[in-house]
Amino acid sequence: MLRVTRTVYDAIRAHGEETYPHECCGALLGRATREGWLIEAAVKAGNTRTDSAHNRYHIAPAELVKIEREARRRGLSIGGFYHSHPDHPAQWSPTDFAEAHWLGCSYVITAVAQGKATVTNSFLLAGVTEEDKRFENENIELIEPADESPENESLADPAESKKA
Amino acid sequence: MTIYIPTPLRPYAAGKDALEVQAGTVSAALDELTRAFPDLRKHLFTEEGKLRAFVNVYLNDEDVRYLPEKDATAVSATDTLSIVPSIAGGR
Repeated sequence: MLRVTRTVYDAIRAHGEETYPHECCGALLGRATREGWLIEAAVKAGNTRTDSAHNRYHIAPAELVKIEREARRRGLSIGGFYHSHPDHPAQWSPTDFAEAHWLGCSYVITAVAQGKATVTNSFLLAGVTEEDKRFENENIELIEPADESPENESLADPAESKKA
Repeated sequence: MTIYIPTPLRPYAAGKDALEVQAGTVSAALDELTRAFPDLRKHLFTEEGKLRAFVNVYLNDEDVRYLPEKDATAVSATDTLSIVPSIAGGR
């Protein structure tokens, strides 16, 4: 199960609407718990695939280095990534699978239909090596604002998260 | 220097997110890392000993692959090495 604060959930869906008809992407920061990742912040990333941004995404490794630095500063870890599928179901694709290397992390996909975020699904990249990796469906449990601690605000622009 | 270990590799590094090593080059630092945690080797390198294609290594903010001396680049005690698996995909 992936537990995500409502603020983060709204922010990543809004990001998908913002970049439509292109794919959005970003990292999810949180803590590993016995029940799975508890995601407390989302960090928007640029999509370097400007050649095919409607159906591909790639986060520059240099940006990932900065995101990891920010996560450490906040006492968090990268627990997963998110991206959108413009006018396409919220299911992982062969490309998503081939390019997934963060074992034990969650890959969250939001379908954006005609500019509006619809379904958001999460897939845990399970397995212990590249050779036996697999995506497993996982439920998303939302943590409502009343249960969020004050420091659990999203790194994303608050004005953006209100659009969802 | 400090080597930062990404989330997916921490289970093979006793759960650590970083390791301090003493080394003269990037390559020697990675050797120290895999000497400390041998299980990391197959996740970082191919059977031929080359860094796996999807594994990026950054010396501070520079991609080691694009440094003139690549993994033979000299490092100092205050440098950091970040191991960052790539992230990409699409529908």
